Amino acid sequence: MELIFEKSRPGRRAGRVPSYGLPVPELPAELARQRPPRLPEVPENEVVRHFTALADRNFGIDTGFYPLGSCTMKHNPRVNERAAALQGFRDLHPLQEDEGAQGALELMWELQQILVEVAGLPAVTLQPAAGSQGELTGLMLMRAAFADRGEQGRNVIVTADTAHGTNPASVTMAGFELAKVATTDRGNLDLDDLRAKVDDRTAGLMLTNPSTLGLFDEGIEEVARIFHERGALLYYDGANLNAVVGRSRPGDMGFDIVHYNLHKTFSQPHGGGGPGGGPVAVVGELEPFLPSPAVVRDGDVFRLDHDRPKSIGRVRGYAGPFGVFVRSYAFMRAYGPALTEMSETAVLNANYVLALLEDRYDLPYDRHCMHEFVLSARTLKREHGITALDVAKRLMDHGIHPPTIYFPLVVQEALMIEPTETETKERLDEFVAAMRSIADEAANDPETLKQAPLTRPVRRLDEVKAAKEPVVRYAFDEARESPDRIETG
Amino acid sequence: MSTSRPSGPAGYLSLTDADRDAMLEAIGVESVDALFEQIPEGVRFGRALDVPDALPEAALVRHLEELAGRNADTASELSFLGMGIYDHYVPAIVDAFLSRGELLTAYTPYQPEMSQGILQAIFEYQTAICELTGMDVSNASGYDGATVAADACFIARAHTGRTRIVLAETLHPMARQVVKTYAPGFGMEVVEVAHDGGTTDPARFAEAADDAAIAIFQQPNAFGCLEPAPELAAAAAEGGALPVAHVDLASLGLLEAPGNYGCAMAIGEGQSIGNYQSYGGPHYGFLAARSEFIRRMPGRIVGETTDLEGERGFVLTLQTREQHIRREKATSNMTTNQTLLALGGLITLCWLGPEGLRELGETCAALAAYAKERVALPVAFDRPTFKEVAFRTPIPAREVVTRAREHGVHPGYPLGRDYPGLDDVLLVALTEKRTPADVDRLAEVLAEVTA
Repeated sequence: MELIFEKSRPGRRAGRVPSYGLPVPELPAELARQRPPRLPEVPENEVVRHFTALADRNFGIDTGFYPLGSCTMKHNPRVNERAAALQGFRDLHPLQEDEGAQGALELMWELQQILVEVAGLPAVTLQPAAGSQGELTGLMLMRAAFADRGEQGRNVIVTADTAHGTNPASVTMAGFELAKVATTDRGNLDLDDLRAKVDDRTAGLMLTNPSTLGLFDEGIEEVARIFHERGALLYYDGANLNAVVGRSRPGDMGFDIVHYNLHKTFSQPHGGGGPGGGPVAVVGELEPFLPSPAVVRDGDVFRLDHDRPKSIGRVRGYAGPFGVFVRSYAFMRAYGPALTEMSETAVLNANYVLALLEDRYDLPYDRHCMHEFVLSARTLKREHGITALDVAKRLMDHGIHPPTIYFPLVVQEALMIEPTETETKERLDEFVAAMRSIADEAANDPETLKQAPLTRPVRRLDEVKAAKEPVVRYAFDEARESPDRIETG
Repeated sequence: MSTSRPSGPAGYLSLTDADRDAMLEAIGVESVDALFEQIPEGVRFGRALDVPDALPEAALVRHLEELAGRNADTASELSFLGMGIYDHYVPAIVDAFLSRGELLTAYTPYQPEMSQGILQAIFEYQTAICELTGMDVSNASGYDGATVAADACFIARAHTGRTRIVLAETLHPMARQVVKTYAPGFGMEVVEVAHDGGTTDPARFAEAADDAAIAIFQQPNAFGCLEPAPELAAAAAEGGALPVAHVDLASLGLLEAPGNYGCAMAIGEGQSIGNYQSYGGPHYGFLAARSEFIRRMPGRIVGETTDLEGERGFVLTLQTREQHIRREKATSNMTTNQTLLALGGLITLCWLGPEGLRELGETCAALAAYAKERVALPVAFDRPTFKEVAFRTPIPAREVVTRAREHGVHPGYPLGRDYPGLDDVLLVALTEKRTPADVDRLAEVLAEVTA
C-alpha cells in the first residue's frame, strides 16, 4: 500500500490550529526555517483510512493467539486503558507540586508496596523505562555499592549462556566485563563452571529464573551461596516473573536486585514495541543507591524525595512512565491475592501444550516447564529441510503469531513458546493442531511450507536486501512531487 | 481442582474446572502443585500474597477515579507549566488509533509478515523525524528526551574514541542528570558550560568542546531562550566534537532543522507532538543522525525491502547492531522502546501537515509575545524566545507558585529548583490550548501575588 507521504497533495490538510488573531513575532532570520518540512498534506478522512489500513495489516493479541516466548503476550484488559485516560492522570503535568499530585503519588506508592511483596525485597524504584533499562540500573547500583565499600576492583559480571542479549549488552553499557557460565543437560547453571568463574573480581550474577529455557534453576540456593560467600551480588532479570508470582520470590531465592517488566507480567500493552516499565527492587543495603527521586510517604502525605546523596542519579526524565504504572496497578488490583492463580494458570497452560507437542518436535530438556518451553525443529530440518523459520511462517497461515525462534542460542532451531494464562483450552488446542499439522506437512509437502506464509498481506520479505542497501526513510522522489505526477499505487 | 483462595478476576483467566482436570490428565500430573516441584522447597513461597483484595471492574474504576480526582491536572487548573512537557492539543484521531487492538496489543515486529502495519508506520515516523530534523536516519524511538542524550553520547564515544561530553547548562536538567548517571559506565566524563545571560556563549562552548567527543545544546533552551544554534554547532565542530541539538518537534515548523546548520545528530522529547502529559510518561524520545552513524544507532530501525513477488514491504533492519544478535558488542541494550507513543507523534504530524505545524509554532510564539506584553514582571533574559518565557519575580518563584495556585492558576516552573541563583525566575509556558484571556488571567494573578 502507499505511504502516507505518497498520498500527499499540496494544499490539503486535516487539523486546524487556533490563531486568536494575535500578531506573530518575527524570529531571528538566522534561526528561522528556510524550507517547510515535507510532512503529508492529507485530509482527515484519508489519515483515518490510512491508519485503519495499517491496523488491518497488523496482528495483536486482540487479533489472535500470540505465543511469543519471553514476551508474555497476555490479554490487556481494556479497563486499564480507561484508567490511564482519566483526566486526573492523563492531563497531569509531571512538574506539578507534590501537593497537587497526591493521587498519582499514592498510586505509585501503593504500586511499590505490591511490587515489594511480589519480589520479597523491601525497596523499589519505579523510574526505569523498560526491562533493559532496569538491568542497566541494577548494574549501576552494584557499581555504586562496591564503590561505597571501597571494592572498586569488582569489575566482572557473570551471565548464563541462555541469557537474553540485553544482559551482555547492559554489562558493556555499564562498563563491566562479561563472564559466561554454561548450562547443564538438565537446564540448570553448571555449578562447577560457576565456582571456577567467581572470585574477588566478581561484582555479580545476572540470571533469569526460570531461565529462557522455561526451567526453574534447581540449584538456585547454591548459586546464591557461591556469590554471596565471595561478597558478590545477584541480579534477577524479571523477564520470566510471570511463572512464579505468589509461588516463589526472587528475594527469597537470594537475589539482591530484581527488575520487573510491567509490560509482561503486569499487562501494560506492548504497543507494537513499547512502552514498557522496568521497576527495580533491592535489598535494604542497596536502598540508598536507588535512582532519585523516590516516592515516599510521610504520614498521610506522599512526596517525591530528591534528597538522596548516595543515589546513582536519574535514569530517565521525571518520575517514570506513569501511564504504565496506572495500567499495571489497575491490573494488580483486579487480581488481588489471586495473582498466584495467574502464574499457576500460565504454568499449567504451557505444560499442557508441551505435553501435546513433545512427540512431534524435539524437546531438548525433558522436564516439566514453567510458563514457557523451548522446542527444536532440528529433526524436521535434518529429515525434511524444514527449519524453525518455516514452521513460524506457516503458523501465520493458521492465524497464529509465531513463537520466538532461534533463541535461546543454546538450542538449535529453537521454537520458544509462551501461551500465557489468558488463553482458553480451545485456543491452546488449535495451536497444538496447527503445530502438529505443520509437522505432518513437513514430511508430506515441504515445498508449501517453504513458500509460507500464503495468506498474509505480503509474502516472505528479503531481510538481507534491507540490511545491505538500507532504505530507512521515504526518498521524496522529485518526479513524484511534480503536479502532473502519475499514480503508481 | 478446587481452590480456597479469594476469587480472582475470572474474566482474565480462561480455564474451567473441567478444562483444568483434562489438562492435568494430559500432562500426567495430579495437581498444579506437581508442576511447581522443580522449585526447591527452601525457596517456595508458602503463604498467600499480602496485597489488597481484588476489586471487580466497577469498584476498581471508582477507586482509580478517586485517586485521579486528587490530582490538579491542566484541565482543572489553568496551567502554564512546561519545562520539557507541554499541554499541547492531542488530536482525537490519536486516541482512536492508539486504542486499535491490532496496534496496541502487538509487540516488536520480529515477524514482518504479521506486522506490516506497525513496520510501515515506523518507516513513516522515521521519515517524518528525518524531515523535521534534517537528518538521514532516525531510530524507531528511544525512551524519552533525557535518555536519548545518553544514547547520543554512547554513539559519540564509539565514533570519536574520545571520552569528554560537553553539555550546555541550558540543556534540560534531567537530560544532563541522565547523561551524568550513564557516563561512568561509558568511561566518559561530563563538562558543563554555564549560560551567559540566558544562552550559551559560542566561544566558551568551543573552548569546552576542544578534543571532546560530543557537545549537546538545546534549542529552544531550558530557559525558553533561542540559542545561537548555528554558531554553537560550528563551535563544537571546530574542536572535533560531534555537535548535537536537543530540539522540540513543535518548534520545527518555525525553527531551522539541526541538519541544516551542521549538527551530527538531533535528539529530543517527542511528547509535545501527539502525547498527553501523563505525569511524565510514557512518551517517546527521538534520535536522528547523519547517514554516517547509521550502523551505530541504538534500538530498532525499519527498512524498506521487497517480498518474494517483488512487492514493497518493511522489516526491522540492520539488526546486527542490536543486543539479540551482537550481545555484549551491541550498540545498545534497548529492546522495548516507545513505538505506540511515536505512532501518536506520526499521526499528529500527518494531521497537522506542514501548514499546521507552522501555525502551531506561530500561535505558541504569539501567545508568548502576548504574555511578555501583559505580565507586569521583567523578563529574566533579554533573548528571543519561542513558547516559554522566563520572568524575574520580586519574591522567590516557588512562593509565587504556591500563592498563584491558591487562585486556581499554576503560573509555571520555578527555575531555582534546578538552577541555584535563579530562585527568582519563573518559566511560563504557552501552548495553543491557552487563550489570550488565559494570559490575561495569569497576568492578573501574578500582579496580585507579587504585589
